[in-house]
Amino acid sequence: MSPAERIRFFWTRHGNSCSLALFLIAILTLPLIQDNPYYLGLSNQVAINVIIVLGLNLFVGYAGQISLGHAAFFALGAYGSAILTVNFGIWPWPAMFVTAALVGLVALAIGLPTLRLSGHYLAMATLGFNIVVYTVLLQWDKVTGGPDGFIGIIEPLSVGTLPMDTEIRFHYLVWGMVFVLIALCLNLVRSGVGRSLATLAADERAASALGVNTGLAKVKIFALSAVFASLAGSLYSHCFLFINPDTFSIFRSIDFVIMVVVGGLGSVWGGLFGAGLITCLPELLDAFEAYKDIIHGLILVLILLFFPQGFVTGLMDLWRTRRALKKQMPDNA
Amino acid sequence: MQFILGGLTSGAIYALIALGFCVVNNTMGIVNFVQVDFVSLGGMLFYTCVVMYGFPISVGVVGAVAGVAVIAALVELLALRPARSDNQLVLIFLTIGVSIIMRGVMKLIWGENRMAVPSLSGDEPIHLMGATIMPQAIWILALTALAIILLIALFRYTSIGLAMRGVAANNRAAKIIGLNTGRVKSMSFALAGALGGLAGILVTPLTTLNYDVGVLLGLKGFAGAILGGFGSFTGAVIGGLALGLMESLTAGYFSSAYKDVVAFVILLIVLFIRPKGIMGR
Repeated sequence: MSPAERIRFFWTRHGNSCSLALFLIAILTLPLIQDNPYYLGLSNQVAINVIIVLGLNLFVGYAGQISLGHAAFFALGAYGSAILTVNFGIWPWPAMFVTAALVGLVALAIGLPTLRLSGHYLAMATLGFNIVVYTVLLQWDKVTGGPDGFIGIIEPLSVGTLPMDTEIRFHYLVWGMVFVLIALCLNLVRSGVGRSLATLAADERAASALGVNTGLAKVKIFALSAVFASLAGSLYSHCFLFINPDTFSIFRSIDFVIMVVVGGLGSVWGGLFGAGLITCLPELLDAFEAYKDIIHGLILVLILLFFPQGFVTGLMDLWRTRRALKKQMPDNA
Repeated sequence: MQFILGGLTSGAIYALIALGFCVVNNTMGIVNFVQVDFVSLGGMLFYTCVVMYGFPISVGVVGAVAGVAVIAALVELLALRPARSDNQLVLIFLTIGVSIIMRGVMKLIWGENRMAVPSLSGDEPIHLMGATIMPQAIWILALTALAIILLIALFRYTSIGLAMRGVAANNRAAKIIGLNTGRVKSMSFALAGALGGLAGILVTPLTTLNYDVGVLLGLKGFAGAILGGFGSFTGAVIGGLALGLMESLTAGYFSSAYKDVVAFVILLIVLFIRPKGIMGR
């Protein structure tokens, strides 16, 4: 084997662990290079979105289902954490996991009946759920604070006695979380559960013929993605210490879907790119505030038209095809 | 009585929008989220014709409906037809993308302010059996009924209606017998646009107009369509009317704060119990 081939072989065997290691190095060194709180804050926001996109990607990308309501689970996580810590005086960490468990149960309750449905029914059910949650947040002002946002002081998370109250500390916390969840997703995707989900996305009937309990598989992954969104919500409320309903409208859900599509349906690393691009875009396009919607829409439409399986995945496929062609027909190259 | 009338009026609007969703779903098998913006667009074009350029109201109505229909056909032609995928997921997300673009463009052209749209004839309320009705409500009911009758006639007695039913029944068979299915799909989009546009013209005098007025209305129309059984025209009308009635009654007797939620709670319950809807097979 030539050295190049050897490297390639090593990469195919250990690609995931290598990328994870590279990713870990990137996370650890970023605050050393960049200590501007504004950029770190932005990157923390990206991280929170990445967590949701990871979960949503499992559901949309791998299992091939539609959810237009993940902002609702995000909201439940954020408000759940805030209410448990402020009104009930529970410590942030337990509050976060209790909330996540509760949100998972809510997702189960919603998923069990609705996930028998497919396509547009599912889109509508999740969308409807999001609107219900949003309106309750807006109207039930005794508990949620209504349109002005949550009343009461949300305390920051702390590790040991160290409160995570600066951008840098929070950076390590939230990106560390992303790291763990990415590792989890990468393993999940290659486990039996992940494989059965991929089969389900390709052909539901074939999957059930092969012995996949399609209904149960969908509900489980739906609940898991809701738990991800809830964790992100809790992190959000403990990071920004202020929440209001506008963050959790259906347009937010659609933004999450755009992030998944940009990153690539069914690509764990793509989600990182998608969330990064869509979160930073409004900041980059500050001058073009008026065109923001149009640009978002155009990105979505163009990517779907030219790379229906998502941008990053689409580009990778293109590159792989080209390389395979080159290998087969060296004369043409 | 007052609540029932109010409910029927908003129900009629939901029914119009629901019909638009059904027409597209039947020929293309997708949820067309752009329908939502056809409603706002109808109101916008009507406003432009009547208020900004001073055309008579009848011209405004016809012009706005035709305008939305043309734009809808363009949406199909430019965005959905070139899609290299017949994956439902991709097509539905595409319509969401187009919908975002449409809202952005409308925001650019007409701004973010709310506009007052003139009603079709006067604002003098009429008293009838202990209820007060705005003339606009009568227009809404009448024009919705007319639109439904025209729609039935179109599907029963014209060749384009027959072609649409053919594509709905079996796309491939329709292609084999030589139907231009692409054109039929564009037509169905135009039809959906016209229905949405009409709904927009009729409802915006009651709600005031801005670029995203259609979102909630449209989604409720979609809820109505599913409530009635997605794809069935009778179902869409019944679902829309039922939704309007229930919404108005809850707002009247319980609390108006949660009025917007009613539609979706009912919808979720229906999906749990009988996902095929009232008229679904």
